[in-house]
Amino acid sequence: MRDTSKPLVSLTNAGVRRAGRWLVRGVDLSVKPGQIVTLIGPNGSGKSTTARMALGMITPDEGHAERSAKTRVSYVPQKISIDWTLPLTVERFMRLTSNLAPAEATAALESTGIAHLRKAEVRTLSGGEFQRALLARAIARKPDFLVLDEPVQGVDFAGQIALYELIHTITQEQGYGVLLISHDLHVVMAATDQVICLNGHVCCQGTPSAVAGNSEYKRLFGDRATDALAIYHHHHDHTHLPDGRVRHEDGSITDHCFPSDGHHHGDGAGDEAGTVTERTDDA
Amino acid sequence: MLDDFFSRAIIAGIGVALVAGPMGCFIVWRRLAYFGDTLAHAALLGVALAFLFEVNTTLAVFAVSAVVSIALLLLQKRASLSSDALLGLLSHSALALGLVVLAFMTWVRMDLMGLLFGDILAVSKIDIALIYAGGLAVLTVLCFIWKPLFAATVSRELAEAEGLHPDRANVIFMLLMATVIAIAMKIVGVLLITALLIIPAAAARKFASGPEQMAVIASLFGVAAVAGGLFGSLEWDTPSGPSIVVAAVFLFVVSLSPLSTWIARRLSKQEVPGA
Ligand SMILES: Nc1ncnc2c1ncn2[C@@H]1O[C@H](COP(=O)(O)OP(=O)(O)OP(=O)(O)O)[C@@H](O)[C@H]1O
Ligand SMILES: [Mg+2]
Repeated sequence: MRDTSKPLVSLTNAGVRRAGRWLVRGVDLSVKPGQIVTLIGPNGSGKSTTARMALGMITPDEGHAERSAKTRVSYVPQKISIDWTLPLTVERFMRLTSNLAPAEATAALESTGIAHLRKAEVRTLSGGEFQRALLARAIARKPDFLVLDEPVQGVDFAGQIALYELIHTITQEQGYGVLLISHDLHVVMAATDQVICLNGHVCCQGTPSAVAGNSEYKRLFGDRATDALAIYHHHHDHTHLPDGRVRHEDGSITDHCFPSDGHHHGDGAGDEAGTVTERTDDA
Repeated sequence: MLDDFFSRAIIAGIGVALVAGPMGCFIVWRRLAYFGDTLAHAALLGVALAFLFEVNTTLAVFAVSAVVSIALLLLQKRASLSSDALLGLLSHSALALGLVVLAFMTWVRMDLMGLLFGDILAVSKIDIALIYAGGLAVLTVLCFIWKPLFAATVSRELAEAEGLHPDRANVIFMLLMATVIAIAMKIVGVLLITALLIIPAAAARKFASGPEQMAVIASLFGVAAVAGGLFGSLEWDTPSGPSIVVAAVFLFVVSLSPLSTWIARRLSKQEVPGA
């Protein structure tokens, strides 16, 4: 069993200064095993910088960053450019920083829905597919600490929800500690233990509902942000996989939806993300 | 068989080609094609300094190449210039410095042709021993740093975040490059070694679906170029070094042909049953 009391990483009053300007300052943050901590905030508010401090890629110019050397880390960066001249298949990309058994790699790719692209060259992947590959690679490493910088950017709507659910499930099952950066307030909120709202400094932090009720948070994100919680509290009984098949609540996979499934606009079979609506039971 | 100068040349050339394959792949992947030329100029400075301080040439060439490659790494991190601009900067500085140093020593007459093309037909048994011992050492170290080095080539950020120490791998790679240049320069010349680094790797790209595969194919193409070039030079009485380069270029051109496109497709099909 992992020791769930000791944080995997902790930042104390940490700040980064570049070119005479504080990029971010006064960050207090700790991630424990099994916990998802989400960073939100407008563009340029220092979210990625904070993540890089937590990863030990930047040493804070003020305050401390602590991380045990034994902590196994996986990282999904916000942007990454891969030279198209590299001979690199998805399968090889999965093994980039760790030795994986083929079965482990396949399982991770299956969980993010791109197992069929195993042999594809990375440079031919679409934006969303590549993002799924990045996430699969990070998960397959079986890390202690997972840092996800906008992991579902460019992923279709149904896929976003499925991936966030995946992150949530594996965190609970495997006890990973997750530092998540996201703009998708409505999706993120319910699956998070702690939210830290950044704006060059920590503007507020706490449980999702506490943050959603915070006046500074409302000023930063506007009134619509308050709806974020309500939107997430819904129930979906099936998920559309990228290859067109459908995964149901009980885990079974079929080619089509059942008529009794959460209702659809359009005819259902071979669906695009846009034709899927989730049943909102308790909203 | 080692008593025959032609066999010695082939054996030496094959040794260099085997090492140059994988090293050249990294040069190509990292867009450092001019790295070879930069080190060639560094080698000239090394030779000049060896005359000046009366030290071993190979050692001096290694030292100067190592300094220049580490300087490249440092500049890549600090300066906001692209790698090709930095390589140009280092290359011309080393060349100019080398020429200035040589000008001080009016009594030295340097054999520039020998430096550029070496003389593979004059390879001795000791040279062969040096190539194979050095080559084996270089390949062994390369195997050890392969994972972090390749990860750093794909994404420095990922490699660093996930604890692979990309900077350490980069420095070791640069030292390996300096070693290869220092050993190979005297024997096969700087032009030949840069050609053997880049051209086989470029020709191998099309047939490879993975980095390890590409490294092996590049080595094999290099070996083929050495054998083809040397036999060609024997047959048509052409200069040996340039003939090897011409053979490598020939392989590259063949790799562009429709026939090899077909072979490459067959190769990748074999790996994907049912795809
Ligand atoms: N190396 C650097 N030197 C100077 N300024 C920097 C550097 N890195 C980042 N910045 C600045 O720091 C600020 C915070 O950047 P950061 O990438 O952390 O923002 P972010 O919250 O992740 O934004 P986004 O939502 O757009 O991803 C930005 O204003 C950026 O311009
Ligand atoms: Mg960012």
